[in-house]
Amino acid sequence: MHSLSIAEIIDKLRKKEFSSQEITQFFLKRIQQNDQKYNSFISLCEEQALTQARAADANLAAQTAPSALCGVPIAHKDIFCTEGLRTTCGSRMLQNFNPPYNATVVENFLSAGAVTLGKTNMDEFAMGSSNETSYFGAVKNPWDLRCVPGGSSGGSAAAVAARLVPGATATDTGGSIRQPAALCGITGIKPTYGRVSRWGMIAFASSLDQAGVMARDARDAALLLSTMASHDHRDSTSMDRPREDYSRQLDKPISELRIGIPKEYFDQGLNAGTEKAVQEAISSLTKLGAKTHAISLPHTHLAVPAYYVIAPAECSTNLSRFDGVRYGHRCENPKDLLDLYKRSRGEGFGAEVKRRILVGTYALSSGYYDAYYRKAQQVRRLIKQDFVDAFKEVDMIVGPTCPSPAFEFGAKGDDPVAMYLEDIYTIAANLAGLPAMSIPCGLVDNKPVGLQLIGNYFAEGSLLNAAHQFQCHTDFHTQTPKDLT
Amino acid sequence: MEWETVIGLEVHVQLATQSKIFSGSSTRFGAEANTQASVIDLAMPGTLPSPNAEAFRYAVMFGLAINATIAKRSVFERKNYFYPDLPKGYQTTQLEAPIVGSGAVDIALDNGETKRIRIHHAHLEEDAGKSLHEDFHGMSGIDLNRAGTPLIEVVTEPDMRNAPEAVACAKKLHAIVTSLGICDGNMSQGSMRFDVNISVRLKGEEKLGTRTETKNLNSFRFMERCIEQEVQRQIEVLEDGGTIQQETRLYDGDTHTARSMRSKEEANDYRYFPCPDLLPVVIDDEYIAQIRQALPELPDQRQQRFIADYKLSNYDADILSANADIAHFFEATAKACGDAKLSANWLMGEVSARLNAEEKSIAEAPLSPEQLAGLIRRISDATVSNKIAKKVFDAMWQGEGDADSIIEAKGLKQVSDTGAIEQLVEDVIANNAKQVENYRNADEAKRPKMLGFFVGQIMKASKGQANPQQVNKILLQKLK
Amino acid sequence: MEPSEIEKLADLARLEITADTVNETAKSINEVLALVDQLKSADTDNVQPMSHPLDVTQVLRPDQVTESCQREKLLESAPATERGLFLVPKVIE
Repeated sequence: MHSLSIAEIIDKLRKKEFSSQEITQFFLKRIQQNDQKYNSFISLCEEQALTQARAADANLAAQTAPSALCGVPIAHKDIFCTEGLRTTCGSRMLQNFNPPYNATVVENFLSAGAVTLGKTNMDEFAMGSSNETSYFGAVKNPWDLRCVPGGSSGGSAAAVAARLVPGATATDTGGSIRQPAALCGITGIKPTYGRVSRWGMIAFASSLDQAGVMARDARDAALLLSTMASHDHRDSTSMDRPREDYSRQLDKPISELRIGIPKEYFDQGLNAGTEKAVQEAISSLTKLGAKTHAISLPHTHLAVPAYYVIAPAECSTNLSRFDGVRYGHRCENPKDLLDLYKRSRGEGFGAEVKRRILVGTYALSSGYYDAYYRKAQQVRRLIKQDFVDAFKEVDMIVGPTCPSPAFEFGAKGDDPVAMYLEDIYTIAANLAGLPAMSIPCGLVDNKPVGLQLIGNYFAEGSLLNAAHQFQCHTDFHTQTPKDLT
Repeated sequence: MEWETVIGLEVHVQLATQSKIFSGSSTRFGAEANTQASVIDLAMPGTLPSPNAEAFRYAVMFGLAINATIAKRSVFERKNYFYPDLPKGYQTTQLEAPIVGSGAVDIALDNGETKRIRIHHAHLEEDAGKSLHEDFHGMSGIDLNRAGTPLIEVVTEPDMRNAPEAVACAKKLHAIVTSLGICDGNMSQGSMRFDVNISVRLKGEEKLGTRTETKNLNSFRFMERCIEQEVQRQIEVLEDGGTIQQETRLYDGDTHTARSMRSKEEANDYRYFPCPDLLPVVIDDEYIAQIRQALPELPDQRQQRFIADYKLSNYDADILSANADIAHFFEATAKACGDAKLSANWLMGEVSARLNAEEKSIAEAPLSPEQLAGLIRRISDATVSNKIAKKVFDAMWQGEGDADSIIEAKGLKQVSDTGAIEQLVEDVIANNAKQVENYRNADEAKRPKMLGFFVGQIMKASKGQANPQQVNKILLQKLK
Repeated sequence: MEPSEIEKLADLARLEITADTVNETAKSINEVLALVDQLKSADTDNVQPMSHPLDVTQVLRPDQVTESCQREKLLESAPATERGLFLVPKVIE
């Protein structure tokens, strides 16, 4: 049952081959039996899941046209507020926080009839590329337990890769969906900035954060994204566009597709095995009719530096609300107000979060704003312009998702900059706000490699179409970790 | 040494919207603590702001009223600092691109001249919550009902030179926002709060002196007092050879003293930057034109109309037009009784004195314009004298009914019957033969003064109800 | 950046940085700053700073009260409350 795709689960639920309660129970049990190995969940919500499954079964029995994901079990990254269900954001700060409301993303899945199994592990406040910054312990890569699953959505990625859940929500600020998807051998998509509501998604860097999905393949990702993406008046940056059914254009041939291969994404930093797998994937796309164009994104090398000003600057003020007054961790016996703030925040946040708050505070402080923050915002425009120019010639940009396959725990432990360079190919799409996805395209040393597809604004449908066509003709997405039980 | 004072104002005006600037919570004053604080107002993780259209409309109305440039594109920024009444750890405000640009207001000086005070800009922002210090065994309690109430902060140029000018400017701004209906103007509830920047310099000096900022002034009287005290303090320091420290001072309305809150060195680095949760607000000419067309009458326009229509003096018209409620009360009274001058006198005299004494606004006055007009009609037709009218007014203020029923019930009707008055005059002449003799023997020049004695006796005998003009006339005839 | 500057920054950000981690924190922050210093190489003359990925403008909400009192529910998350208020160490203005 764990090997079923979401599309298959929907089909079998409707054919009454099993009930939502049965499959929900199956996955809950599977998580309980296997997740001590991966640590991909922070919280499970059995009771609530079974209640939702019962309601889904009733709907499936009563209605001729049940809602899109009726009865399908999924998991949410622990960054989405779930009413009455602990939401930690991977932090000690929110260790005991029960939100009084649901994120719009959570609401959208509830109204589509999906069943929430639990909340997945993540880097603290989504700051990290290895899942090592989680207060609840690192997630392990199901392909190699000595290796990181990537981050920050490492829990969602590992849970899908280990087939503990058919699909999961995730978020991507600088690569937090695509990089773990690549490292765990699954399919992940970050839509255009503004396509999915940020209401109820705990903010890291507001102008970069975007929610998306993790699934086994593009078809499932399209199903989930169609439910997830909606306009929301509670999020001013949410785009007023009609809902889309991304499944509809999956089967379109890609013979007209013009794909751009940016030379900057194939530099010295790229692992040879990864490069080979990516080049072979590009060949596969050309066999399906796609035409390749050599392109240049000349400001690529400035994406990581610009990101590490903008993201920390925004996070430094987004995280000011965690002050030990209205919710969250509060230190013991504060002697005065300053002590309450400093110790509550000092104890509640981990080292990486503190580092980024300090960097961001510095970048915004008097005398440094122009040299850092303003400069980074100018470079951001240059980076966006690179893409705008490129999309005059091509429909899609293709390259590696990350420089190399999953690395071992501690490999980049005390070197923040080495860790930051993990996102060298993913960050630019966030700065520009473009949709991008990662799909499995091979194995190096028995560890998965991801192929990144970057689309023009609101071209999620085209990305999923290309990914699906690729997956119709390859089997990388069906491969699973060897010792999967 | 002759010193010159330089004053600038920063005025926080709470906008009278139904809901908050970034959430759908009520802005009603006086609710139980934290009952009007939503997930957004409490800055719960994952919440986002939704800006209120009406707050923008009000800000644009204000901008048009002060002839300011209106920004077609305005941007919200975050002002970062930690304080328990600031739930997000930043205030959402405007800095580089405020909605209202430079404008001006005119104030009337004591010498009858008009002075123009330039407004640097006005920006939209959110109010903070409140910290309550009493009775929490050494802790403070935080109430976030006020957090997120929309404000415009109006920043003037340092164009005022003394406390009366600053107060006149503050009053003019109060008149404008209440006339526009964008603020209830209730200063005791903090609907309008003033920060005053004060410096002094030697007369003739061009360079501005070091300034201090006094915060938390919520009455015109406090403002005048505070400025006078601070100017005095600064002059004393400078004359003693000292220097003024740039600092923020907090005025205590109970003790009428200000104390230093923080010096420049302790000043926060607010790390302003554009709020990434909000997009630029773009408005077009049509939007501005629609608001301009719907603008209500402004205090200056009303003052000119009062002079033209009611033949009021400049001074009376200025006072009566300053507050929209007072202006409406005046007009309703004048229309109902037909005597604008008497209406103005009563409103600026008795009514205003009572309101001041009881710290009430005109809206809380226990009598209506119609009731006041009823009294004025009885003065005009000589049913009561001015003196008796005050008695009637007292009774009306106590809620004893309208003028006619009070006059009737208390028998306060003025005696104008010639026969009755003649009888009173004759009685007094008969009972005061000596004074009558003295009067008749006195010089013509001394007589008017002596006449007062007889008038007093007659009025006393009539219990104040005799018509004084008639008493005078008959008395003069009889004493000849 | 010197450790003393880190302490000033930590004060501004209201973060306790314990004495034994100040040097390490300073070192890693200097590494990050060295990375972002690469921005200096970019020619950004006449380039407008970009705050949002998409060139869109704010939609305003009608002025309506849509929230009702949820005090009891919302106060449940708070570490210390009394009589409907959030409690903090004495605020001195």
